[in-house]
Amino acid sequence: MTENFSSLSADRIAYLEGLVRQGKTAAAVFTQFTQLDVDRIVKAMVLAGLEQAQYLARLAIEETRLGVLEDKAIKNMVATEFVYDYVRDKRSVGAIREFPERGLVEMAEPIGLIFSITPITNPTATVLFKCIMAIKTRNAIIFGPHPKAWRCCQEAVRIMYEAAVKHGAPEGVFTCLESPTLPDNVYLMHHKEVKLIDATGGPGAVKAAYSSGKPALGVGPGNTPVYLEKTAQLDMAVVDIITSKTFDNGTICASEQTLVIDDEIFDSVIQKFADLGTHICDAKEADLLGRTVIDPETGFMRPMAIGQKATDIARACGLRVKPDTKLLIAEIHGVGREHPLSAEKLFPVLSVYRAKSVEEALRVCIDLNQFGGLGHTAVIFSRNDEIIQKFSDVINAGRIIVNSPGSIGALGGVYNDMVPTFSFGCGTGGGNSTTDNVNLYHYLNIKRVARRTQAHMWFRVPNQIYFNRNAVENLRQFPSQSTIIIANPFLEQIGHVDIVRRALPPETTVRVLAIPDAEPEVKVVMQGVEALRLNKVDQIIALGGGSVIDAAKIMKLKYESPEADLEELAAPFLDLRKRVVQYPTGKINRVRLIAISTTSGTGSEVTPFAVLIDKERGRKVTLADYSLSPDVAIVDPQFVMSMPKGLTADTGIDCLTHALEAGVSIHASPYTDSNAMQAIRLAFQYLPIAYEHPRDEEARSMMHNAACIAALAFANASVGVNHALAHAFGARFGVAHGRANALMLPHVIAYNAAVPTKFMPSPNQRAYTAHKKYAVVADLLGLGGDTVAEKVQNLVAATEQLLDRLEIPRSIADLGITEEEFERAMPDLSKIAFDDPSWRSNPRMPLVSELVELFWCAYRGRRPAKPITVPEPVAAMEGSLV
Amino acid sequence: MTTDVVWIQEAVEKVKSAEGDVVLDFSSVRRIDSSVVTALEELAGMAEGRSVKVVLRAVNVDVYKVLKLLKLSQRFAFLT
Repeated sequence: MTENFSSLSADRIAYLEGLVRQGKTAAAVFTQFTQLDVDRIVKAMVLAGLEQAQYLARLAIEETRLGVLEDKAIKNMVATEFVYDYVRDKRSVGAIREFPERGLVEMAEPIGLIFSITPITNPTATVLFKCIMAIKTRNAIIFGPHPKAWRCCQEAVRIMYEAAVKHGAPEGVFTCLESPTLPDNVYLMHHKEVKLIDATGGPGAVKAAYSSGKPALGVGPGNTPVYLEKTAQLDMAVVDIITSKTFDNGTICASEQTLVIDDEIFDSVIQKFADLGTHICDAKEADLLGRTVIDPETGFMRPMAIGQKATDIARACGLRVKPDTKLLIAEIHGVGREHPLSAEKLFPVLSVYRAKSVEEALRVCIDLNQFGGLGHTAVIFSRNDEIIQKFSDVINAGRIIVNSPGSIGALGGVYNDMVPTFSFGCGTGGGNSTTDNVNLYHYLNIKRVARRTQAHMWFRVPNQIYFNRNAVENLRQFPSQSTIIIANPFLEQIGHVDIVRRALPPETTVRVLAIPDAEPEVKVVMQGVEALRLNKVDQIIALGGGSVIDAAKIMKLKYESPEADLEELAAPFLDLRKRVVQYPTGKINRVRLIAISTTSGTGSEVTPFAVLIDKERGRKVTLADYSLSPDVAIVDPQFVMSMPKGLTADTGIDCLTHALEAGVSIHASPYTDSNAMQAIRLAFQYLPIAYEHPRDEEARSMMHNAACIAALAFANASVGVNHALAHAFGARFGVAHGRANALMLPHVIAYNAAVPTKFMPSPNQRAYTAHKKYAVVADLLGLGGDTVAEKVQNLVAATEQLLDRLEIPRSIADLGITEEEFERAMPDLSKIAFDDPSWRSNPRMPLVSELVELFWCAYRGRRPAKPITVPEPVAAMEGSLV
Repeated sequence: MTTDVVWIQEAVEKVKSAEGDVVLDFSSVRRIDSSVVTALEELAGMAEGRSVKVVLRAVNVDVYKVLKLLKLSQRFAFLT
């Protein structure tokens, strides 16, 4: 089949080209037809096919000398009536399926011209089936029938074509090769106007189709194993198998080939077959039968036997059987070439195997399946669901037919709800691209029209936030048997722990766990968890800055869910909703976490984040999950009145960075924008006062609120590239988080306001808006400026002025880090910053080279010489501040 | 409505005697069939032989797609 077509005459080529031209034109014209048009034509064709079912069966028998007239007539009726029943209500033009909730519509696009090979075993039924499929899907077909069945196929095509054209189908929509030859097939398979090859035929035809380089549908060879398990309804099984195996003299490739029968029922099953007209071969007869119907050279069945009656086959073998014998059965004792009858037999001969156990039965079925039947069909008769399940697990077949006949069952629509077909996909096991019962959807290109969907968003915060002076008094309302206060020793010394202790209900047993005032290490966390266990704690009060509160969050996680693997939970992710690693939901302990912040920066009291120090790798590990959020937040300014100036500055800038990054984040929403903008306003107004006048209670209180409000924003909108840079730099050089943020901040504003090299994919953003949002901030702060660019410049300048007022070094060089040292660190810094999840919500996707440039800007304290070029014009983002 | 092939054949006659452009108005043509395709192929061949430009006016997208699939679109000019 792989030979070339050089033997074709010029006349033959002209003939083939004529068919192609007709088919191509018909297919193109057909694209204009509506669903109503094709449905009208299909119905007319089906009625014509039904009318001529017996006539076509007779033609097929006369030409092929295979099969049974009555069964072929039934096949023709199934190929029309049953197929019509399946397709009649199916949409195949325009929108064929709609999923409004997902914004998806599937649209049908015809394939064009199909070259279809049809078999000798089911010639006319296959033609009828494919004609209906083609018209339903607005395709044209050139049929390449089996050379020994082309006349009956041509008649079937004529009947279908005349009915179709009479009802409006394009001229030339079906044609059929006259006196087809293998070179014809090869020529058409390689023709550029043939868009699909549908090869229902022998392995050679299928292989040629797939080898042509064209999209192809093909069937594979079968060797259907049947497991007759001891719980089966035997009378039903025996009748079904006889019905199936004798149907059209066994020409359907899904028909039963070998019965594997449990030992306990073997004899009675064989007797039932004998009672119903089956000849049971003895060993000598079985040997004779095997040598006659299977070619020992090839291991395949001999053509002389295909589709012949049992009595004729018996006669050919020299067996003496009764005249009414329907079926021949012969026992085999193994599977493979040395057991000829274990091969495929498309005639009424069944082999049987006696299995001593379920395991042996399954093993033999697997052997049969692998011996030429991969991906095709298998059958089981059983009432044991576990065994049916096991059989289905181990057998590789596109169709596993349960308690029903194999051949008629596989055709679909009669004994089960499978799609009716005359072409069985056999998957990769059979060298095919599908395991489906080939149907109208395989004759379509299905286009997915995907509308933009807006990912659902959220605004999740602790359900209780108490603020302003003496908010700590609210602790009285939380009953607890055993509370642990986690704080650093300094807070105990200055009496803050006592303030908390006094606010708790008197009956509460209170213990204090002192931990270092530094970002938590795993060792510290695990010591804390042990303390929680020992004291059977039901309430944790985290009193401190971000480090202490973060430590408490992780202690709570490990206390409630000891199996939680922190390393795994810190795995990177792109989208919180689709992350690979899920935080544990099963808890062996339950504990309330109350966070009381003693700095005005991190906002950790309301965020779902916790940062661990990974000393070995010199990096910070960020854990993020809403299950980490404290249950209660207390924002009481009395705990920040004594904050040192440097800490006030650093944490205050951390707060401002949170708000600015949340404001331009791709996850920003009207909910987070309102918080971000308010926090920015409060920080610009009150941070300098709190820094310069530490005892100013209003300034302290407002900055404390600002930190919490900014955190409400970034807890839901996340942060951005500023944090990615600061995390990497701070961990490497031991610089406080807020200060590290400060060093990057002016440069990042300028960076985000410029035209991005790469935009960040985000379905929730309708335009690039970072620069406009910065301009809104500038307006909010009254910074002036007429254009967006001027306003952004003014915001950068105001930020720099704020940093100057807070006496924060303006360059990394000012920290005493040498250029050589920084240069050496740069490969690691840029890599770690790029790995940091913080920038995933940045409006601009940073290139590694851009991270390097930003680091160097921060090192030198200068922005790039080029001015900020903001994108103009840009459409406004719906639902946002701009 | 499906266009009448005679109408195309009249255009062929025009092409035979025309100098310059021949414009065919497709504004009332909803669908074309195989005979029209054949006629258009002949028309295109005739026009190419005489260096006449054939302009199809107001061709709907369904008809345009048929012409495109049959590689006929490149043989005509289109006017909306």
